Amino acid sequence: MIPAAFDYAKASSVDEALDLLAADGSRALAGGHSILPLLKLRLAHADRLVDIGGLAELKGVAAHDGGLRIGALTTYRELLDSALVSQGYPLLAEATDRIADLQVRNRGTVGGGVAHADPASDMAGILLALDAAFVLRSRGGTRTVASRDFFRGAFTTALAPGELLTEIVLPPLPAGAGTAYAVQEQAASGYPIAGVAAVVRRSAGGCDHVAVGVNGVADAAYRAAATEATLRGTAGDAAAIAAAAARVAEGVRVQGDIHAPAEYRAHLVSVMAGRALERAIARSA
Amino acid sequence: MRRSVALTVNGQARTVEVEPRTMLVQALRDGLGLTGTHVGCDTSQCGACTVLMDGMAVKSCTVLAVQADGSAVTTIEGMAHDGELHPLQDAFWENHGLQCGFCTPGMIMTAADLLAGNPDPTDTEIRHALEGNFCRCTGYQNIVKSIRAAAEQMRAASVGGGGQAS
Repeated sequence: MIPAAFDYAKASSVDEALDLLAADGSRALAGGHSILPLLKLRLAHADRLVDIGGLAELKGVAAHDGGLRIGALTTYRELLDSALVSQGYPLLAEATDRIADLQVRNRGTVGGGVAHADPASDMAGILLALDAAFVLRSRGGTRTVASRDFFRGAFTTALAPGELLTEIVLPPLPAGAGTAYAVQEQAASGYPIAGVAAVVRRSAGGCDHVAVGVNGVADAAYRAAATEATLRGTAGDAAAIAAAAARVAEGVRVQGDIHAPAEYRAHLVSVMAGRALERAIARSA
Repeated sequence: MRRSVALTVNGQARTVEVEPRTMLVQALRDGLGLTGTHVGCDTSQCGACTVLMDGMAVKSCTVLAVQADGSAVTTIEGMAHDGELHPLQDAFWENHGLQCGFCTPGMIMTAADLLAGNPDPTDTEIRHALEGNFCRCTGYQNIVKSIRAAAEQMRAASVGGGGQAS
């Protein structure tokens, strides 16, 4: 498969990249593992690819305000190799090791995956549960968008034309919170059919922090507000988990496809929610 | 529209003229005549096109040649030295790690990445590393066995090889 012809420009700074991306028909190229397959299948079109892959300032993981700043060009492999991630955010480490395969994790970038916004993306559900924020830069300036406001629909995000995702900001995990990711993957491809990421803190007074991100179910990854509200304030016992998990698809249109009709997927995601909540609560100190 | 891309391929400086849309695998096969790297699915799933780019296994059907400009690329042709097969090649031969051989170059390059970071992997770790490499002769048992055998041989060589260990 050969993509339609496009022009190519390699940016040597973020500012240069933003100038190049301001032109109609320009698209950013990071690791290329989302956009190149789309171009080869001719499901996407670009007049020009702006290669941001050489921009060192967009790479790496650093401690920040008790949390983390993850450069958009950080690869999944670099995330897995980061002690800051494995020690501070076991949910992120656990899930990253399941993403795609070794070769794709070597090239694929966290920011590229987020900007691509596949509704099934494991990373989207996880970043939602971690209350991540995304730093978006354009020639007009910089703004920060909360993950819960970022994913708008299938392959559709809050990114405006000419804007570049430069950084993912993770706040610190609430002290004592437990985390878990439960996912049912399509057996042959490993693609998520329904994934639920949970961050829960259960203290003496009950569950006082509940954040649940869901991927693979609706046209965009989302926060399960009804599930969170149902669990919050409870003791986090089996009955409370079951009641909360049952509401995980409330308010969204559950998608159906050849692997999982909508009715089955709606059931499946409630099972995944129950498992994720149960594990997260068990891990909460 | 054509651009010149400079690569170090299997230790040799090479230059290849490509269009921006040319994938690395095409530059290697059609531009440089290195046909040991195969094109299978052409959609970054099967791993037949795996090469090492700056030491890391990548699917060369999903990397533009222009993205690889300035990189060091190792293909299956670069594994043997002075007529001596690489321990991975030798182990695949000895353990019947291939049947038709189509997936083998990719399997070996992925295994090379794995063993560079993990010289003594468990079977589970080997299988996890091979998730992006498909064998349609269903030879996974012997592929895992081959990689385990190669790892053992490489560990022995690095202990006995006088300063090879790193």
